[in-house]
Amino acid sequence: MRVHRTAAIVLRQLYLIRGSLSRVLPLFAWVTVDMVLWGFITKYLDMLTHGFNFVQILLGAVLLWDFFVRVMQGVTIAFFEDVWSRNFLNIFASPLSLWEYLAGLIITGIGTSSVGLLVMLAVATMVFGLSFFIYGLLLLPFLLVLFMFGMALGIFASGVVLRFGPASEWFIWPVPALISPFVGVFYPISTLPQWMQYFSYVLPPTYVFEGMRAILAGGEVRSGALLWSGFLAVLYVLGACRFFVSIYKHAVRTGLITRYSAETLA
Amino acid sequence: MSNVLSVQDLRKVYGTTVAVDGVTFDVGRNEIVGLLGPNGAGKSTTISMILGVLEPTSGRIHIEGIDVATDRSRALERTNFAAAYAPLPGNLTVYENLKVFGLIYGVRDLSERITDVIARFDLGAFRNTKCGVLSSGEQTRVSLAKALLNSPPLLLLDEPTASIDPATARDVRMRIVEFARNASGGVLWTSHNMYEVQDVCDRVIFLSRGKMLLQGDPKTLPHEYGKATLEELFITVAREPLKIEVA
Repeated sequence: MRVHRTAAIVLRQLYLIRGSLSRVLPLFAWVTVDMVLWGFITKYLDMLTHGFNFVQILLGAVLLWDFFVRVMQGVTIAFFEDVWSRNFLNIFASPLSLWEYLAGLIITGIGTSSVGLLVMLAVATMVFGLSFFIYGLLLLPFLLVLFMFGMALGIFASGVVLRFGPASEWFIWPVPALISPFVGVFYPISTLPQWMQYFSYVLPPTYVFEGMRAILAGGEVRSGALLWSGFLAVLYVLGACRFFVSIYKHAVRTGLITRYSAETLA
Repeated sequence: MSNVLSVQDLRKVYGTTVAVDGVTFDVGRNEIVGLLGPNGAGKSTTISMILGVLEPTSGRIHIEGIDVATDRSRALERTNFAAAYAPLPGNLTVYENLKVFGLIYGVRDLSERITDVIARFDLGAFRNTKCGVLSSGEQTRVSLAKALLNSPPLLLLDEPTASIDPATARDVRMRIVEFARNASGGVLWTSHNMYEVQDVCDRVIFLSRGKMLLQGDPKTLPHEYGKATLEELFITVAREPLKIEVA
């Protein structure tokens, strides 16, 4: 791996963001709206229930969920920039290796999701009094698991779009919404019917949100569960990379990259 | 003259369609080779395989002796390309595109090199202009500037003058000839403009239906096959390739 090639992919994204308000605003606008909306909802619920801290339990969960979505979108949007500008031939007919390219997408995802996370933290703590100190150092593995799973889904989504063509990006946007009922962002997974719980057990974010609720209820996070979620997240990242590589190899074998916009080989 | 490109028995099959059928050729240092043929002859498919974006069904490709199949990055560091159908991203400026691709190709002293190619292709006025708002001729010059950024031993040009006016096309040709003569690179060039090919190419290779039909000096080849011009020979290859095969 050559660092300068990965740096080129990151730099390309920086140039695009720097020169475009329509790319800068989404980095923090929607997550800010989400924080404000859920912040007031939770304040209202606090007033109704007199004593139960919804800010901590709901707003904290929304914040972490939004972080996961931003990581996924950070990776996919960096990839989509090449789709939208029909840049595949210039990129893939160069010495850039697939791993250097993926590393560039991931670093871009780290950068863009960090901006969103910082803005969300600022709004949630300063405006609505959310405190993450209650989670202590466990916040770090929580963020790491969500980051890795977001990265895995972002790489997987990029592979799907590479395989099925530019129009298939519309399969990708609803993916987080499809996952959210299973991972219990807003409720314990024991609320779900048994068949849905089977899916929950193999989704790493489940253990993060269950862990958050356990801490707020005065309980403890089972270290085994946290390790399992970390293991699952690593597995998803490896699986997503393998998926992307196999799609890329298929594209090189069939000529899909050279005729990408035609979508004829989908 | 040592070879910068060596293509051996290259073949690409899609299902039952043979796009490239046992093509073998070399490109030497300081040599400009024209890859000619009608639409669908297999020229772009051949170039895509050389660039590593299309896997050959069989055959080998070596760039400066490095196998593209087994050592792709190292082989492609020694090449670069410009094609009418692969413009640089329109949402980046000329400078930004050259900076990004300069990093990808590992160009040393990149800032100086960018200044150099911008001057060479008269792009100074557009340095901070987004490529998407440039005319097709200007975009072609930017693509060529990117293609020469790393002074590649092998330069691949797929119809680089297809969408530009005759004056700009002549300008572009002059710069490519200058590159081939003064640097140590070789050029593989596809074009449908036979006058252009006759003017710049040292050797031409005719492809038809994926097969290599003939090759030689573009100035003498038409007469060897009883034709007055290269264009006449091209038309014969396009319409009646069997006549050439028999000859």
